[in-house]
Amino acid sequence: MTDITSQTEAALAAIAAAASLDALEAERLETLGKKGWVSLALKTLGSMTPEERTAAAPAIQSARASIAEALDAKKAALEAAALEEQLARETVDLTLPAVAAPKGSVHPVSQVMDELAEIFADLGFAVATGPEIEDDWHNFTALNMDETHPARAMHDTFYFPDKTTEGKDVLLRTHTSPVQVRTMLVAAQTSPGGAPVRIIAPGRVYRSDSDATHTPMFHQIEGLVIDRDIHLGHLKWTLETFLKAFFERDDIVLRLRPSYFPFTEPSVEVDVGYANENGRRVVGGSGDAQGHAWMELLGSGMVNARVLEMGGFDPGQWQGFAFGVGVDRLAMLKYGMNDLRAFFDGDPRWLAHYGFSPFDQPTLSAGVGARA
Amino acid sequence: MKFSLTWLKDYLDTTASVAEICDALNAIGLEVEGVEDPTEKLAGFRIAHVLTAARHPDADKLQVLTVDTGDGQPLQVVCGAPNARAGMKGVLGLPGAVVPANGMVLRKSAIRGVESNGMMCSTRELELGDDHDGIIELPEDAPVGTAFSDYHGSDPVIEVAVTPNRPDCMGVYGIARDLAAKGLGTLKPISMPGFAAEGACPVEIRTDDPEGCPAFYGRVVKGVTNGASPDWLQARLKSAGQRPISLLVDLTNYLMLGFGRPAHAYDLAKLSGAVVARRAKDGEEVLALNEKTYTLDSEMMVIADDKGVHDIAGIMGGEHSGVSETTTDVLLEIAYFDPARIGATGRKLGLSSDARTRFERGVDPEFLDAGLDLLTGLIVELAGGTPSEVVRAGSPPSQAKVIAFDPGLTTRLGGVDVAETEQKRILESLGFSVDGAWQVTCPLRRNDIEGPADLVEEVVRIHGLDKVASVALPRAEGVARPTATPQQKLERGLRRAAAASGLNEAVTWSFLPEWVAEHFSDGNNAPWVLANPISEDLKAMRPALLPGLLMAAKRNADRGAASSRLFEIGRRYFRGADGLSEEKPTLGIMLAGEKTARGWQSGKAKPFDAYDAKALAVQLLEAAGAPVANLMVMGEAGPQFHPGQSATLRLGPKTVLARFGMVHPATLKAFDVDGPIAAVELFLDAIPAKKGAAFARPSFTPPALQAVTRDFAFLVPATLAAGDLVRSVQGADKASITGVRVFDVFAGPGVPEGKKSIAVEVTLQPGEASFKDADLKAISEKVVAAAAKLGGELR
Repeated sequence: MTDITSQTEAALAAIAAAASLDALEAERLETLGKKGWVSLALKTLGSMTPEERTAAAPAIQSARASIAEALDAKKAALEAAALEEQLARETVDLTLPAVAAPKGSVHPVSQVMDELAEIFADLGFAVATGPEIEDDWHNFTALNMDETHPARAMHDTFYFPDKTTEGKDVLLRTHTSPVQVRTMLVAAQTSPGGAPVRIIAPGRVYRSDSDATHTPMFHQIEGLVIDRDIHLGHLKWTLETFLKAFFERDDIVLRLRPSYFPFTEPSVEVDVGYANENGRRVVGGSGDAQGHAWMELLGSGMVNARVLEMGGFDPGQWQGFAFGVGVDRLAMLKYGMNDLRAFFDGDPRWLAHYGFSPFDQPTLSAGVGARA
Repeated sequence: MKFSLTWLKDYLDTTASVAEICDALNAIGLEVEGVEDPTEKLAGFRIAHVLTAARHPDADKLQVLTVDTGDGQPLQVVCGAPNARAGMKGVLGLPGAVVPANGMVLRKSAIRGVESNGMMCSTRELELGDDHDGIIELPEDAPVGTAFSDYHGSDPVIEVAVTPNRPDCMGVYGIARDLAAKGLGTLKPISMPGFAAEGACPVEIRTDDPEGCPAFYGRVVKGVTNGASPDWLQARLKSAGQRPISLLVDLTNYLMLGFGRPAHAYDLAKLSGAVVARRAKDGEEVLALNEKTYTLDSEMMVIADDKGVHDIAGIMGGEHSGVSETTTDVLLEIAYFDPARIGATGRKLGLSSDARTRFERGVDPEFLDAGLDLLTGLIVELAGGTPSEVVRAGSPPSQAKVIAFDPGLTTRLGGVDVAETEQKRILESLGFSVDGAWQVTCPLRRNDIEGPADLVEEVVRIHGLDKVASVALPRAEGVARPTATPQQKLERGLRRAAAASGLNEAVTWSFLPEWVAEHFSDGNNAPWVLANPISEDLKAMRPALLPGLLMAAKRNADRGAASSRLFEIGRRYFRGADGLSEEKPTLGIMLAGEKTARGWQSGKAKPFDAYDAKALAVQLLEAAGAPVANLMVMGEAGPQFHPGQSATLRLGPKTVLARFGMVHPATLKAFDVDGPIAAVELFLDAIPAKKGAAFARPSFTPPALQAVTRDFAFLVPATLAAGDLVRSVQGADKASITGVRVFDVFAGPGVPEGKKSIAVEVTLQPGEASFKDADLKAISEKVVAAAAKLGGELR
C-alpha cells in the first residue's frame, strides 16, 4: 500500500519536474506505458482472488487516474509554453515597410470623357466617333464652310500633302463636328430624309496653335440633337443640365450671346458665371454677381439648314442643335489643373496627382465626379 | 474693331453709359473684348503750375520744382525734364497714382537726398503720344488743380470682336445701327458735307475684269493741300489703333473704320493714261505700301495704268502712286470686288490688311456713291481742292435677296415668343423691309443672310437671348439605356484594368518627329508627314503608341524618376486605300526603370523583364475578353524589340493581338534612354468581339471528384520552346488533362550538353469514376509519348 502511495507521489513529482515533452513522455512510459509500473500493477489484478482484488484495486486505479491526470495537465502546460516560445521567436517588426503594389491612374481627360458619357447617357445621347484624319469636305464643306469661306482661315488647320482618291484635301480634323456629318449621313442612309439623332462625339482635335493656353492637339466633345421640334430653349436646358450634373452644383448660370459659326444658325456662344477663389476659377453663380465674372465656355447653335441638307436630312422636316466644348478645359475647371501642356507630358508625378483611381468609375448612382 | 465713345456718338444719339453700351453689344453678338477708360487710367494726375525751378544741389540734370496743385500748399517735386521751368503748366502725378506707360506706382520719395512729392509727366508716360523729350506743356489757361482726365477729355475706347459674317459692323456706323435696333438710342443719318463737282473726271476709268471687279468708281480732286489731320480726326483714328499719317490717307482710313468702306487715293501726278481694274499678268510684280514686293498671277486683280501696277486690288495700295505731303491732285477709287477672289489672292500672297478683311467678307454694294461723296466732301472741306464729277465703270450687285419668312419660326426654332410687330420693328431697324405677306427684303450689305433661320437669329439676338427659356428635352420612357458601342466598352474596361494593374494612363501627341515615326514604322509605309507641321517634333503621324511613351519615359528618367509605368489608349494612323486614314485603336504600355526598388526584403532593385510585359499583355487581353487559352506565342514583334526577348501573341498565324518584350538596345540608344525597358502593344481592333448575346452562361457544376496531379521531368533539346512541350502534353489526353504547368527549367550540371530539363505538373480531372492505377499509367504513357515526339525523354 504504502509502496504504491510513495511510488505515486514520486511519479507525480517527476511529472511536475519534467522540463520537456520528451522528459514527460519518459515518465509516462515509466508509469502508464506498457511496461510502466502502474500498468504492470494493474495486470497483477487479474491473477488475484476477488477478495484480494477488492482490497488492492482501488489504490492502483487511483494511482493511474492521478498520474494520467497529471500527465495530461503537464503536457498541456508544456505545449502552451512551447507555443509561447514559438510565437516569441516568430515576432517581426511590423513598422518595417511592406511592399505595396504600384498604384495606377486614369488620365483626367479619360475620366472626364467617361463622366460626360455617363451624364449624357441619362439624357439619351449615344457616343459617336469618327476619324481624326479627315477630308476637307467632312471637316469644312459639309459644315457650310466652302473653300473660300473666311472662317476656314480661323481654324489653323494641319494639312497633309495627300489628296483623297476623290481629290479632297486631307487634314487633321479641327473640331469634332465632322462626326455630326458622318452621323447624319449614316442615319439618312437607313432613314431617307432624316431621323431623330442624339449623340455626343468626344475625341482628339488639332489646331496649328501653341502657347500657354493652346496645344496643337486637344480634346473636344460635340453634341448633336436632331428631331422635329427641337429649339434654342432645348439647347439651353441641355447645356444647363449637363453643366449642373458635371460640376455637381445647382447654381450654374449661363449667359447666351449671339455669335457666328458657319454650321449653326442662329449661333450662340455660351458663357458661364464663376468666382475667383484663392486664385482658382470656381464655376457657379451669375457672372454679374459680386466677385463673379463670365467666362466663355462653349460654342453652339441651331444646326444650319445647309448642314442638315448636306447630311442628307430634309431641313423642312428636321431641326436641331449642336454644341462643342473643350474636354481639357472642363477637366481643368473641375479638377483645378492650371497647365494644359502638362496633360500631354506623361510625368508620373502629375498623373498620380491629377489622375484618378480606376475604381472611381463615374456612375450616376455614385456621382459622376471624384472628390479630392 | 476699336472705337471711342465719342465716335460712336457721332452716329448714335444716346444717353446710355459705357457699361450699358457694353452690355448691349455683348447681348447682340458684338462681343466686347475690352474697354479702356482714360478716367481710370489718368486717376491721380492733376494740372499743376510750376512756381519755381532750381538746380538740384547734387545732380546736374535734375531740377527741384515747387508746384501748385490748386490747394494753396505748393509741393516740392524733383524733375529731370529739360523743358521744366518756372511759370509753365504741366501734369503732376501725385503719390499713389499709377503711370499708365509702365505701371509704376508713384511714391513720396527722396531723389538724391531731395524730397519729391510726385512726378511731372511726359506724353509717353501717360500713353497719350510718343513724345518723351520733355514734360507735357499745357496752355496758360489750363485750370490748375483740375483732374487731368477732365481737362484732356476722357473718351472711353471700346473694343469689340466682329464675327466674320458681319462686315457691315466693321465700321462704327454699322455698330451704331445695331445698337439703335437694340433700343440704345437713335441712329443719326450720315452727315454729308456739301461740295460742288466741276467738270468730267479727266482720268479714264475701266474695269477689264467685270467678274472680279464689277464696279470701279473714280473721281479726281485737284488742288488739295495735304498735311496733318485735324484733332477730331486724329483722335478718332487713334482710338481705333490707327496711326494718323496725313489728311488724305487718314480720310480714307476714316471712311473704312467709320463706315466699313475701304477706298484708295492715288497721287494723280504719278499716274499716266487710263486707270484699269484687270487681272494681273503672271509674274507681274508690285511694290506694296508695306515696302514688300509681291509677285502676282493671273488669278489676282490689280489696278494699273499704262505704266504698271499701282494697287493689289482690294488688298493693298502700291508704294509708287500713294499720296504724299506734296500731293496736290488725287484720284479717288472706290470699287466693289468679288469677295472670293480677294480672299484667294490674300491667302496666296499671305497678305492681310484692313481692306482685305472687309472686301473678302463683303462690303456694302449700295455704299459706293455715298462713300465716294462722303470722302470727297471731307477732302474738299479739310484739304480744299476742286472735285470732278464721278466716273463709273461697271455696277455693283444690286439684286436684293427676298426671303419668305414665317414669324412663327422664331418660336419654333428660336424658342422664344416675339410679337409680330416687334419682329417687324427689329428687322426694319436693321435695314430689312417687310411687306404685309412677310416677304422680307434684305439690305445688300447683309450678305450673311441666307434664309429664314438667319432672320430668326436677327430677331432673337436683338430681342434678347436671355429671354429664351430653358425647355427640357423630351426623354424616353424608363431607365436610361446603355449607349456605348462594344469598342467603347472595350476601351473603357481596358483603361481601368490597366490602371488597376499599376499603370499610369498618359496622353501623348498623335504626331512625332519624322525620324521617330520612321524608326517605328513597319517598314512598308513611309511616315505620314504633315504639310504644315507646327514644329519638327510634331510632324509625322504615329504608326505606334510606343515611341510617344518611350519619349515620355525618357523625359521622366531625365527628371530623375526611378520608374515609369505608363499606358496609353489611342489610335495609330495609316494611309488607307481611298487616300484617307486607317486609324487603329491601340493600347501601348511602357515599363521603364525599376520594377521593384531595393528593399530590406527583396535586396537589390530589379528591372522589368519580358515576362512582366507578357503578364500584362495576357492579363489585359483576358480583361478584353480575348480567348487567351488559345493564344500562340510567335515571333516578329518588330525591329524595335530585342529579337531574343520579344514575341507576338496571335490567334492563328495571321491575327496578331499583341506584341511585347524588351525594347531593342539600338532603339534605346537612338532615343538616348537607359534600359532595360519593357513594352507592350495591344491591337484592339484585332481582338474578336464577344459572341454571346445572352446574359445566361453555359451551365456548370464543379466536378464531384478531386483532380490529381502528376509531375514529369523531360530532357528536351535546348532549343525547344517550353510552350511547344506544354501544348503537346496538353493534347496527349484531352479528356483527362485539364492543365499543364511548367514548374522548373534547368540546364547545367547533370543535364547533357545541348539539352535542358523541363518539369511540368499535369493536372488530371476524373469524370464519373476515380482514376484507377491502370488509367493513370495509360495517361502517363501518352504524356511521355507526346514529349517524345518533340525529342523529350523522361528523366
